[in-house]
Amino acid sequence: MTILVTGILLGGTYALIAMGLTLQYGVARIMNLANGETFVAACFIAFWLFTAYHINPLLGLLVIAPLAFVVNGAIYWFLLKPLVDRAKNRGQLEVDSILATFGLLFLLQGLMILGFGGAYFSYTFLAERFVILGSAYGLNRVVAFAVAAIIAAALYVYLFHTRQGTAVRAVAVDPTSANLVAIDVARTAMIAFALGGALTACGGALLSTFYTFNASMGVVFTMKALIIVIMGGVGDVRGAVIAAMVLGITETAVATLIDPGLTLAATYALFILVLMVRPQGIFGRQQS
Amino acid sequence: MSTPALTVNAARKQFGGLVAVNDVDFEVREGELLGLIGPNGSGKTTMLNLISGALKPTAGEIRLGAERISGKSPHEIAQKGVARTFQLVRVLPSMSAERNVMAGAVFGHARLWGDEARDVARDLLARVGLEKRAHLPVSALTYIDQKRIELARALASNPKLLLLDEWLAGLNPSELQIGISLIEELGNEGRTIIMVEHVMDAIRALCDRCVVMNTGHKIAEGEVGAVLSDPEVMRAYLGDDEDA
Amino acid sequence: MTRLTTEEIRIGVIGAVVVALVALLPFFDNGFYLSLTVNIMLYAALCTAWTLFSGPTHYVSLATAAFFGIGTYAVGLGIDHLPFPVLVGVGAVAAALLAGIVGAATLRISGVYFVVFTLGLAELVRQLVSWSQSKFTGRMGLYVFTDIREMHILWMLLALTVVVFLTGWLINRSRLGFAMEIIGNDETVAKHSGIDTARAKILLFMISGAFIGIAGAIMAPRYAYIQPPSAFNPMISFLVVIMALLGGTKRLWGPLVGVIPFTILMDIVSSRFPNHTYIVMGIAFLAIVYLLPNGVTGRLEQLRERLRHRQPKPEAVSEEKPA
Repeated sequence: MTILVTGILLGGTYALIAMGLTLQYGVARIMNLANGETFVAACFIAFWLFTAYHINPLLGLLVIAPLAFVVNGAIYWFLLKPLVDRAKNRGQLEVDSILATFGLLFLLQGLMILGFGGAYFSYTFLAERFVILGSAYGLNRVVAFAVAAIIAAALYVYLFHTRQGTAVRAVAVDPTSANLVAIDVARTAMIAFALGGALTACGGALLSTFYTFNASMGVVFTMKALIIVIMGGVGDVRGAVIAAMVLGITETAVATLIDPGLTLAATYALFILVLMVRPQGIFGRQQS
Repeated sequence: MSTPALTVNAARKQFGGLVAVNDVDFEVREGELLGLIGPNGSGKTTMLNLISGALKPTAGEIRLGAERISGKSPHEIAQKGVARTFQLVRVLPSMSAERNVMAGAVFGHARLWGDEARDVARDLLARVGLEKRAHLPVSALTYIDQKRIELARALASNPKLLLLDEWLAGLNPSELQIGISLIEELGNEGRTIIMVEHVMDAIRALCDRCVVMNTGHKIAEGEVGAVLSDPEVMRAYLGDDEDA
Repeated sequence: MTRLTTEEIRIGVIGAVVVALVALLPFFDNGFYLSLTVNIMLYAALCTAWTLFSGPTHYVSLATAAFFGIGTYAVGLGIDHLPFPVLVGVGAVAAALLAGIVGAATLRISGVYFVVFTLGLAELVRQLVSWSQSKFTGRMGLYVFTDIREMHILWMLLALTVVVFLTGWLINRSRLGFAMEIIGNDETVAKHSGIDTARAKILLFMISGAFIGIAGAIMAPRYAYIQPPSAFNPMISFLVVIMALLGGTKRLWGPLVGVIPFTILMDIVSSRFPNHTYIVMGIAFLAIVYLLPNGVTGRLEQLRERLRHRQPKPEAVSEEKPA
């Protein structure tokens, strides 16, 4: 039971980064391998705001999310859109965007290592006991989960109940047809990419309240997010949420029951299983 | 009567709620040139895709000779002797015309290698009238020449059954004459062919029999002249015109 | 198809001369330059082995570190029980098996999944190795004591690179090579022409993985003490991708053009500006995508094409001038 709750609490933050990635890949068609760097950068900014200015990380989100939105939007428009424009086919865009975001990954990680070194960071925020069903959990974890849930709900409302959100979903399904019904595909893709970055940054800021982080852990989170996205089905926000929970629970279970050193192995086992059984994702449509 | 070259038995393909091919039966006899016609979206190309293995049928059975091929993957079906061309011409752009055709000879039903494959490719290029352009990269060729390459590539595997998916589409009138006589020659040689086609003149000129499909169903089958004057077939085509 | 073309003979002769020169190096220098040349040879072998698969398929494989580490561990685990050459073979087979499993799981589906999967593969194997080591042996590392010295490693890597080249050349002339050429052009046509595309890709990935495993096995004596983080170092995977793409993967010798300068550059950067390694790699990736999408050799070929087209042009211009 403890495992289940801890796993779900962890899954909340995973869900945010995975939703970010699934928007970026599903709508903007860019597999952003530098997504974990946005995540880690948000950890550091939250840390800096909290230690230097005593700004509550939850308020910090109000700074971090817009900042990530603007930076990711700019990255899409100036670095990635040229690749979309020059690509002759989907395969070439995939290879190009993978290599370009690898470049960003190393560049950003290098800059952060230069700035903060390889050491682990953490700070104390809401480190109180909170009792759920008779067991105690860190209040910071519970709060982080609650905020993640609110953000996810807001995203859901945006995607399914606003005009722009509908445009985003239309581009995810078919950019060519979306273009035909007068949707500005390039602009929508940029918004989706920027929004994905903002969601990821929120995930990072929330994680930093209860987790020790360092400059070079971005790749691990990108990996986890990718696996969640593939499990949940590319571009599928609901699938991402559920897959994030599954991953959070699996990781927690393996870490507590077998060995903390094997969390990635567990993640991978899950990944292989999904690839073998349902490569289109849990809720994915069968490809025609 | 001997076993037909191809037997399609209650073949069905469903995409979600849409039934693209609805329990279709027909046979193709050895050496026959069968036309598969019908209005747009009637399921003809889906039917070809089921035969060539690009899609797997939801239900039903397809046999090549006595052997069941439905459910097998495209490369297995190709090796067993089904070759095809594509609705939108597909050539191998970075390779020469000769190597394009060799692809069929090397990996298809014939499985030749080396000089043998090269000789087959040269013969077929001469056959489709491209012997002078054998060493050009195919991306430099015109549309009809690319279609010829595709046909030669399909023939290079010496297939038991040849599937032509609107091979005559997009040709101008004089090219069309060349195309029709090329297929006619193949038919006279005794090749077994299924051709999906919109060019009715070609169907009349070439086919022994034809199968008509509409909204996934087979609505008629038989000798070309009789089938084309069938009231249901006429309604299917005219109805389609009204919608358009 | 059996006759050698003049170009092939020319490349063969140049290759033989280069191989002879490199092989003689240990007789002139045993210090810095030998060690640097071993690094260059290592990446030359790894990059050509990588290109064997990733060149024709365009799948970006990041599994290099996993195959390499498996080769290293095959030697580390068995050196007290079996002769070194046998262990090299074991490393090759183990790496090929892993490649086969990964290929079977991912190569049937989209290229992105393959990248994602190989990205974490080295880390996965590393975790499994560390875990089983601490669980069953209680030690973190393995000692490898042999009488194999730096120059022997150089010679072995050199021989490996030559074998990779010969294999690549033979594959190009085989049905497998022809199949890969067709798959690279249009996978749908390949399938309908009778090519088992998944099998062809998996086979090629296994061959490539086996060679990388051998390279890892050859390097084991150099490390002397083998630990999971150094054997399964993910940087190896990334450096191989950068160097190979920087050189260009259209020809098997293309990566060499990237290997030599980049190995030297990384050597300088990691010794003088160790904190800037990532930044340099990041810039290298971006440079490949935005400036050299076909690598240096691709760019050179482009220039040569352009020069060739320009040759007749001056006449045309002079003819037009009077009018």
